[in-house]
Parts: sequence; structure tokens; C-alpha cells
Amino acid sequence: MTNGWVDIKNTDMMLIMGGNPAENHPCGFKWVIEAKRNRDAKIVVVDPRFTRTASVADQFLQIRAGSDIAFLGGLINYALANNRFNHEYLVNYTNAAFIVKEGFKLPEDGLYSGYDATARTYDKSTWNYEEVGAGAHASDTHSHAVQSSPVPPPTLPPNVAYDLSLQHPRCVFQLLKQQYSRYTPEMVERITGIPRERAIKAWETFTSIRQNGDMKKAGTIIYAVGWTQHSSGTQTIRTAAMIQLLLGNVGRAGGGVNALRGHSNIQGATDMAGIFDILPGYLKMPVPADTDLKTYLTRTTPKASKPKEWDSFNYWSNTPAFTVSLLKALYGDAATKENDFAFNWLPKIDRKYSWAEIWDDMYNGKVKAMMAFGMNGVMIGPNAKKNIEALKKADFLVVCEIYPDETSEFWRAPGTTPEEMAKINTTVYRLPGAGFAEKDGTFVNSARWLQWKWAAVPPPGDCRLDQEILARIFLKIRGKYQQEGGKLPDPILKASWNYTNPNNPSLAEVAKELNGKALADVTDPKTNTTIKADQQLPGFAFLRDDGSTMSGNWLYCGSWTEAGAMIQRRDPADPSGLGIHANWAWSWPMNRRVMYNRASCDLNGKPWDPDRKQIWWSEAKQKWAGNDVPDFKPDSDPKSHMGPFIMNPEGVGRLFVPIGAVADGPFPEHYEPTESLIANPLHPSQSNNPIAKRFKSDMDKYGTPDQGYNIICTTYRLTEHYHYWTKNNPMNVQLVPEPFVEIPAELADQMGLRGGEKVKVTSARADYIAKAMVTKRIKPMMVDGKKTYQIGIPIHWGYRGIAEDAGKTAKTPANYLSPAAIDPNAYTPEFKGFLVKLERV
Amino acid sequence: MSDRKTLQVQRISGHPGPVAGAGMQREEQVCKLIDTTTCIGCKACEVACVEWNDMPFQPTMFDNTYQTMPDTHWNYWNLIKFNEVTNEDGTFQWLMRKHQCMHCADPGCLAACPADGAIVQYRNGIVDFQEENCIGCQFCVSGCPFNVPKFSPTTKKVYKCTLCSDRVGQGLEPACIKACPTGCLHFGTKSDMLMLAEKRVKQLQTVSGFKEAGTYDPQTIGGTSVVYVLHDASNPEKYGGLPKNPRIPLSFTIWKNWFKPIGLIASMMAFAGVILHYVTEGPRRPQPQPPVKEVDGGEGKKEN
Repeated sequence: MTNGWVDIKNTDMMLIMGGNPAENHPCGFKWVIEAKRNRDAKIVVVDPRFTRTASVADQFLQIRAGSDIAFLGGLINYALANNRFNHEYLVNYTNAAFIVKEGFKLPEDGLYSGYDATARTYDKSTWNYEEVGAGAHASDTHSHAVQSSPVPPPTLPPNVAYDLSLQHPRCVFQLLKQQYSRYTPEMVERITGIPRERAIKAWETFTSIRQNGDMKKAGTIIYAVGWTQHSSGTQTIRTAAMIQLLLGNVGRAGGGVNALRGHSNIQGATDMAGIFDILPGYLKMPVPADTDLKTYLTRTTPKASKPKEWDSFNYWSNTPAFTVSLLKALYGDAATKENDFAFNWLPKIDRKYSWAEIWDDMYNGKVKAMMAFGMNGVMIGPNAKKNIEALKKADFLVVCEIYPDETSEFWRAPGTTPEEMAKINTTVYRLPGAGFAEKDGTFVNSARWLQWKWAAVPPPGDCRLDQEILARIFLKIRGKYQQEGGKLPDPILKASWNYTNPNNPSLAEVAKELNGKALADVTDPKTNTTIKADQQLPGFAFLRDDGSTMSGNWLYCGSWTEAGAMIQRRDPADPSGLGIHANWAWSWPMNRRVMYNRASCDLNGKPWDPDRKQIWWSEAKQKWAGNDVPDFKPDSDPKSHMGPFIMNPEGVGRLFVPIGAVADGPFPEHYEPTESLIANPLHPSQSNNPIAKRFKSDMDKYGTPDQGYNIICTTYRLTEHYHYWTKNNPMNVQLVPEPFVEIPAELADQMGLRGGEKVKVTSARADYIAKAMVTKRIKPMMVDGKKTYQIGIPIHWGYRGIAEDAGKTAKTPANYLSPAAIDPNAYTPEFKGFLVKLERV
Repeated sequence: MSDRKTLQVQRISGHPGPVAGAGMQREEQVCKLIDTTTCIGCKACEVACVEWNDMPFQPTMFDNTYQTMPDTHWNYWNLIKFNEVTNEDGTFQWLMRKHQCMHCADPGCLAACPADGAIVQYRNGIVDFQEENCIGCQFCVSGCPFNVPKFSPTTKKVYKCTLCSDRVGQGLEPACIKACPTGCLHFGTKSDMLMLAEKRVKQLQTVSGFKEAGTYDPQTIGGTSVVYVLHDASNPEKYGGLPKNPRIPLSFTIWKNWFKPIGLIASMMAFAGVILHYVTEGPRRPQPQPPVKEVDGGEGKKEN
């Protein structure tokens, strides 16, 4: 979330789409209700089903799963055509005025400039800004064809050409207009199935907060994995960001782009690099070409790219300090200036190692073993049957869990014959883990708050804390390396492991290590404060690139300082009434509750809305002051025109994303889901996302309507259950005892199907049997002139659990059905909006 | 009963004698306000109810709905009713209403109950079942206009929501209120809750366009200690069968208002007859007893 849960109470308008917070985040939803009750805020819900969230909405629109970009593109078109944006915000806080390089082409035919059809990649050199004075130069798109050595990746120009009148035909604003002029109400209706008058009404309602550019009100966009889990998921979220930039909603109380995380600590998992392509704190992962630290830092440290007259903080210019401090945390004294701070001990990624790729590699015999901690591996991925087959080929599997689950008993999957079972040679080690209430440590919530929790009860019996299990495995492996040596032993032998109890590190010690400390005296030249060696650092401004500081995650620097554990604070006071609660837990970065809050003020540093004063420029003190911590250079006078989006080298928000920060295009474009009933009405010849990944194994099949897959299927969770756990808890099982398939009443009538009867859902990959829930909450819709039905499946059941063990369900995981089609940016599979057929059993 | 000591009783079922709290100046009435227009059907109240009251689990069956079970149960007092409603104007609503005892000012259950002290009404308005006095006749079940009390075939007693009288007696809010994440449940004095409801109704009418929005506090049973805000108060039936004008069944009114006084007069007359008989005839004389045979070996058997 750019903002936070509590901040939703400040909003005047909510677009809830790609998420069902009433279902999945009922506690956080209280702030939605509060905004509704106390501010007369309106809720617009767009979803394939009439959900619990829809039940309290002012407007509900049923959309075809996987067509979100079309609806949002239509919203941009509407806002542009009806003057629903603020010129001052747009021109100064976004790159609307920047001029784009000659040779850049919009995807009228479904492809941006630079597409290589054989490699299925883009050459992104034209996806860039024009440099002042460089307009006359010929495009260098094809120059690399004659060069023998690989061209370095394109970089941003330091001095960007711009046109404040927004009239230049290649300025971002004009390109934006041109791009989304194609998303007419008629086109949106064809693609999304939303009748045009309802779409227009929703666009009118949402953009009404910016009537004639008036900045008083604020609107928020709230989403979850209903947007992420598509082959164009990242671009959907980009579209939301663009809408919020266009409407001037980013940085403002009651505004922002707000991702609701689906697990208590998924934000923490991301911050701590639970993904293959980042290091903690969103530092980039090294690649083989990064032969030394300098090369890596040159590649990953951006240089300011902006109009000459403007200023840009370009906070990522601190990448060297963040990186070296991380290396010092990882390798301690073994990381020295002489050995490049042990940079070469870091793994380097030669290709993608995303979730679906790992399973594909195991299925193809390349990955031989897996350690599954805190997740139910075979259930959470797409095409789950393939994952089970993959595990049958593995040498060993280690599962740390609190229940016997589908992963640790993968051989029990339905359809496995006793003969087959006898042939499985995978050794399974089951480690007794501890439940969340049995551990201390932190959760990082959607609002980026690090909140410490204390253990409620000790783990029962032989169960052990995760850190003890991991530490003991690590120390055992290290012992092996000490005795026997091995390839590249240094990262393991020399990893810093300075815990009081090495076999069971206290998480308080780990948290302090993540915050980081001074290794020598460090002085801030501006304030002249000195942090003595061995003292906890008060914030990331003190991080150094010379090895005199260490920090396990620069974003968490400031969370456990000499003043104590900020993450353990529990003071609910909120003097401003804006829901900032500055002394409750700690929020990254530097306890800011609303990110980019410089944008809550006009160019002169005055709040757009005097009733919601977040921060402001204090002329008297020549400093930014506020109720929230300013997310900005504290002494940057508004006259210097420093951009509020300090993490971008431009200093401004990106309506146009240059040089491939997003892999599939500088502007989002609607592509059909991997499996779709229709050809893309915008460009039938390029129907799908050209660079979304599909897999090629014999188990990766993708269905078409010609094969009889004629119904759209989407998957989701229920409020009564938590993922694949609570099927082991009688109370949750009492609330919703069995799996079901939600089927539109009209479709059920056609099939002669009644609620409670069993149905078989079949995709190109597998089938799934459960009882039918015949409902009026999903209606048939007209998509590109064709009558279309959507069905929905909650994901919670598998082949272990109370109902499963009692033989009450068909025991098939819902993800047997979903395809391994992967978004090219976040590598998220398309769990929503794939094709199936439906029969009575 | 010690945890309910702060609650004063104003009515007792089947009780012939005087009631301590009856006729005294009314204590402030407590009230639960359920704003169905902000309920998201998350069932936190259901779980809180089961957990606070230590209710045993029971298997449920899939029944083509998100609703946990068709109706409340002897061990499930709080149930959100889910209703898919297509209105006459074509608009569609998914209505969710938390269903439980309404704690009527004129409780049909109490009127119907013949067992002394099995049902009491406290002066704060809570209607509470005292299982130790319940005789399992189930008259209360038929006396209730909301079909709330439920009979347990195992214990042969009837149960229902107590409005957490044990918690309220200690100055706490009921468990369901505490658990509600959206704040669609409120608890306080009846006058405060009606004020809050009124405010929300006005907002629904003016801001959200629900012209028929209203408060549900049926006067046909003297009002209730559970009050709803409905999007459409003109048709409460669509919220899972909420009766528009709930009434105590006529048979129980007749029984309570006619037969009981008549019965009382009859029994008093019978008693007067007995006295008259004593006065005129004198006490009963002792009759000769038949000889009783001694049973031996009893002590020895006990030792075995």
C-alpha cells in the first residue's frame, strides 16, 4: 500500500477491483465502512462476481475475469475527455510533459516498437525519453545488429526534453491520450462485458472527485491478487497507478494505490526478498555480467534523469551504501574493501527462477530436492498435478509444517494407484514447526507496519521454532563444509552468525541485525550527529558504502534503534485524527505512513486539502514539517522544484514507464488471458500478451474454445477459511464444510442443475469435482457479442483435512485446473480467468 | 448466578409470587443495534458466540448458500442469514442479517413458559433462559414470533442467545459486538442505539438513495432490545423472514391473559373450599395402619 489500512477512513471515493476485502480482509474493511459512514464516501466495486464487498457497494459492475485493463483504460479515456485531472499535479508531479524518443510506437497492432518475434522479447531502446538536443539523431534501434559485442542496456538521459504546454505530439500526455482514445465505451463493453452506460456511470462517479481539476477530494484504489494473478497482472496495477497520478491521488490521505496483502506477513516476505530477482530491500539481484561490485553498482544505481531546470532526489543513488551495508550484515568481518565486500559470494541469476520455473525444473529432472517451509507447495501453484508429478521424481523433500498437508503427503493425491505409490522414491522429511501464536517476531502488514508480536503459548511437544530448525540445518551444513570442503565454501563458512544462541537465534537479535548498526563511528555532516561504533543506527541516512555500517535490510533501518524497539510500540494516540498513529509499531520507510506525501501539497508546499494536512513546507524553519514524516528531502525548498517521487530518477510519477522497467510495454495494453473465448477486439492478430511465459512440458496444456472449453473460471478464497490450514480446524469447517463451485443460475437452469448436486469442472489440464452452488450473484454477460458464463471456485480444499479425511470431498485441489501462464514482470501465474467446461456428475 | 448479580429481574416465567424488580422505575434498557447495511457477513459474531458460550461443534452440510446452517440451533444461537434478492426494479442485493434472539419487551417465550423461573426478563431488557428451571415443554418455542428458542434432544432443554447477560452484568458488551470487525454491531442504551440508527437511516435515505431505509423495532411486541437498520424497512421479510408485525401467538395471549387469571380464581376458590371444609368438618383423624414387614440383610449387602 502506498497509504495504509487506517488511512482508508480519509477517503471520499473507493474503487475496489481485483480484490474482495470484505471477504479476505474483514478487519481492515472497517476503515472502508468508516469512510462510508463518516465521510459519505462512495464505493464502486468491479468484480466477476457479486461479492461480500459488492453487497455494501454503491455501484457494482460485473466484469469478465482478465479484462481489467480495458475497463481502467476506459476510465483514463473518460478522465482525459472530461477534464477530470489537475493540471498542476499532472505537469509537475508526473512525466506527462516529458518528450518520448522518436521511433517509439504505440501498440495499435498489439505490439510496441522493438518486438523480436523469435525471442519473444522487446528491444526497449525506443522506450525512452528524448534528450535535449538529441531529437535530430536517428534512432539507434537497429545499430546493435552490426556490433559484435552486446550493447549495454539503454539508460535514461540526464537532461530530458519536455513541453509544459503538453502539446508536443510525442510528449507523454499526448501519447497517453492517443493510447487510451481506443478504449471507447463501446470497445470496453465488447471486451469487459460491462454495459457501456454502467461503465460510464462508474467512471463518472470515480472521477467526480476531480471535477474541473478541483483538488479538495481524494479517491483510493484498493486491489489484491484479483489484479495480480493474470498474464498481464503487473500492467493492470500500473494502470491503477496511472489513474491515480492522472487524478492527483497519490501521496494524499485517502488516496493512493493500495495493494491488500493476502497473508499476515507477505509484505515482510517481499521486503526480505522472498523472490528470486531481488535482495532484501528491493536491491537488484546480481547477474553473471556483474563480475565485481563496481560493475554491479554501476548497473543498478540510477542517475537522475529530469528536465534541467528541475531537481530530483533520486534516492536510489544510495544503492552502494545499501548494498555494502547488506554485504557487511551477511558476511561480517569477512567482507572487506579488499575483497569487494565479498560481493562475489552472492548468488548470480542467469535466468528466471520463479515459482513455476522451479516446479518445471523439478518436473524436468533438474531440481532434485525441495525444502518447503511455511507453505503448501503443491497447492499454491498453478497446474498442481504437474507439481505432484514433479515431487514423485525428486530425491528428497523437507516439509516444515504444523499439519500433515498435501505437500508432505503428495503421494495421497487422488488417482495415485498403489503400484504408482510403490514406485515413488522421494524421501520425505517432516519437521514439526510452530504455529503463528507460538512464535514471537514481526508481521509486516499491508500498510508496511512492522509489528512485533509475542508468543502466546510455547510450541507443543517436539515442535520447534522455525529459526531453530533453520539454524541447526545451517550449522550442520557448515560443519560438513568445514570437514569436507566443497565448491565455493566461503559464503557458508564465512556467513556472519553472531547470535547468543547460534542453534536458536533470538528474533530480537535478528531484528536488530536487520536494522543495522555502526561498525565504526559514523557522523552525519548535516546535523553533526555521531553514531558510535556498535550502536544501532537511527535510520538509513547513516548507511555508508565504505564498510563502516551494516544493515540486513536498509528499508528496516530505523525500526530498532538505540532508543529501543520501535516495532514494539503500542501507543494508539493520533493527534491529527488522520489515522497516522506515529507511535504505534513502525512503518517503513522511516515511519512514514503515507508514501510520496510531498504530493499532498501544491507546488508551493501547501496541502491541497487544508482539512487533511499531512505535511507542509514551513517557511519559518525552511524545512518540511508535518503530522506524518515527510517522504522527501527535509530541506528542499519548493522553489527548487524537486519531484515528490523520490525513488524515481525522474523525481516524478511515471505515466509512461521508460526503458523496460515494466517488461511488456511503457503503457498498459489490454491482452486477452492466455486461455480466452474471444480474439482481442483491439487487435485480433495479437490477442495475448506477447511476452507472457507459457511452459512446454507434456503436462502444460492450454485450452481453447474449439476444444469445448467454453466457460470462464476464476478462483478465490473465503472469509471462513485461511488458505489450506483451517480445513483442519473444526470451527472453520463448521462454517463452510465442503468445497463448491459457484455457478450462475441461468447456466444451471440450462443444464438442469440444482444446488448441491455434483459437477465436474474440466480444464485442459485436469478436472475438479465439487457440489454446485447455484447463485444469482453471477450473471451471464455479453462479451464481444457472445453470451458468456463465468464460474468460480474457492481454493481451500485438497486431500488432507477434516472433511477430506472423512471422505466428504472429491479431494482435488482447485489448482489442478489453473494454467502455468506467467506474468512477465512479477512472474505471477494466471489463477483467474482460464477456460473450463462444466458437466453434471 | 453470581456473575449476573448486578442484573435485576423484572419478570419471571410461571411465577406466582411477587418479582423483586417488577413495577420499579425502569433501569436504562440495553440494546444491540445491527446495521445490516454495513454487515459483510463475515461470521465473526457467529464464531464469537460459539466460543464465548463454549458451544460444542456440530457437523454442517453444504446447502447451496454461504449461510452456515438453515436456522439457529440449540448450540448455535447467532446465525447470519444470507439472502439473494432481486428487487422489483431489477436491482440485485445480497442481504445479510445477523439473526438471534430479539429480546422483546413483551417476550412471547416468557408468556408461554409454564415453568417457574425458567425464563426471566431483567430490568435492562435482557430475556434470559435459566436452564436449571427448564422443564423442556417447548412452549417457548411456539411462543416466539422469531422462531429463536431451540430444543436440545440430548439435554431436553431449550436454549437461545442470552445477550451475553453474564458479560453485560459485568459491564462488558456481548461477545458478538466485541468481535464485529466492521462496526455494524453496536451496543448501548436503547435510546442511544435508536439515535444512532436514526442517523444512519437518514444517511441511507439521502446519500445512498435507499428511500425506504428504516429502523426495525417492532412495537407489536413492545419494541425489542435488538434493533436493525434495514435498507428497506417496508419489507423486512426479505431479510431472511424478519416478520413485519411480529406478535405473540394468540393462544398464548389468551392463555396468559384469560385462562391464567381464571385458573388462579378457580384455584383460590378451591383453596377457600378446603379452608371452609376444615372449619366445618375439622382435621382429618388418623387411620389404622397395616403392619410393615422388616427387611433384613440390607447392611451386609451394602458392604459388598
